[in-house]
Amino acid sequence: MIGLYHPVSSPVHRARAGLKLAALAALSVLLFAVPTWPVGIGALAGVLVTGLGAARLPARLLWRQVRPVLPVLVLLLAYYALVSDVATGGVVLLRLLSLVTAAAVVTATTRVGELVAVVEWLCAPLRVLGVRPERVGLVIAMTLRFVPVIAERAARIREAQAARGGSARGIRAWATTTVPLLVQVLQLAHTLSEALDARGADDPARRPRAGAR
Amino acid sequence: MRLRRRTTPAAAPDGPVTTGAVELRGVAHAYGDRQVLRGLDLTLTEAKIGVIGANGSGKSTFARLLNGLALPTAGEVLVDGLSTATQLRAVRRRVGFVFQDPDAQIVHPTVAEDVEFGLQNLGVAAGERAERVTEVLGRYGLAGHRDHPAHLLSGGQKQLLAIAGVLVMRPARVVFDEPTTLLDLANKRRVARVIAELDQHVVVVTHDLELLAGFDRVLVFDGGTVVADAPPDDAVAAYLDLMSGR
Repeated sequence: MIGLYHPVSSPVHRARAGLKLAALAALSVLLFAVPTWPVGIGALAGVLVTGLGAARLPARLLWRQVRPVLPVLVLLLAYYALVSDVATGGVVLLRLLSLVTAAAVVTATTRVGELVAVVEWLCAPLRVLGVRPERVGLVIAMTLRFVPVIAERAARIREAQAARGGSARGIRAWATTTVPLLVQVLQLAHTLSEALDARGADDPARRPRAGAR
Repeated sequence: MRLRRRTTPAAAPDGPVTTGAVELRGVAHAYGDRQVLRGLDLTLTEAKIGVIGANGSGKSTFARLLNGLALPTAGEVLVDGLSTATQLRAVRRRVGFVFQDPDAQIVHPTVAEDVEFGLQNLGVAAGERAERVTEVLGRYGLAGHRDHPAHLLSGGQKQLLAIAGVLVMRPARVVFDEPTTLLDLANKRRVARVIAELDQHVVVVTHDLELLAGFDRVLVFDGGTVVADAPPDDAVAAYLDLMSGR
């Protein structure tokens, strides 16, 4: 989700995030309820037409999302070929491929903020239990924001250790990276909490995002 | 060496107007047993105020006092008559704060969403939020990056994003805590230009002495107190003199 949004103008981009997520959920149910070749092929074709055609996404963008899953799909196919038959494995493969591609289309056509707004909307009934949906949304957004920041800081620490003769890779490198990284993350969290205060995150005027759709 | 040049009150467009001054009355601050500021009595009315001093001299804590990120352990800080101790939210709406490390203050994954964050907190309506975000991104050269992930921006762009995220809230005053420390020369100059062109009153904590050119007043901190308070040339001379003995 981090950095996967592809900003072009298309009907799919303009569609409500809630609608896209609902369609993704419906597709999942359909593929698992009707595990047949025609449904699998139809679903994948539909997703590709939507992604490459209606949403004007580059093929390489979808390929980048699907490629890491391919080894798992191949293993699954091999597993089904051994314990069942290739045809069943093919349907499972098609089903997962369709869903991964559909999820990639949704994330490439939907801003993180819109997805977070849907989560806030879904959490709205929890207000009666004292949950503040906007806080849930903020936590999700900050998680997505800080994953690459923390990964970058971990890489910097490993480089600094390597520059002084330490291990740059392997379990030993991770072990010696953990404590300084933890210290940096705590410092970062402290400054971040001050920044949230300074930008009015605790202000009672804060209202839920418009367009939680 | 004291300067009291009163300037025209600043007004952020449609934002709070500085109707008075920032006043520190008998302010001290301690972290546990460690006294970092003592005996501060200051009235800040100038549009551009610089703060310099050695590491650990108390200047960052001083900056934090101005919008209530730190509260005085003795004395009081008043912003346009509002106490940081008792009217914190009102003070923070008037005083924006830009941190040294932009990565620690960008809270949303993408550029436009991060700029919009402060406006949501202020309760600004969606239509106006969109207009203000577009305007401020354009002003700071980030319009082409509005949907880009913040972590892919350069250091200078991240600092501009951090500044945009504060200025979109239209505070009447902005405090900068070492805004150019992590930047290369070109980005330092760019941020310096941004600060120089601001309508808001600014207080800039910095080690970058060039940044102080054109400022109205510069405070030199040492050992938790102000040891010089003068126009930039005199204050920098006093600071260099102070440092030459170490």
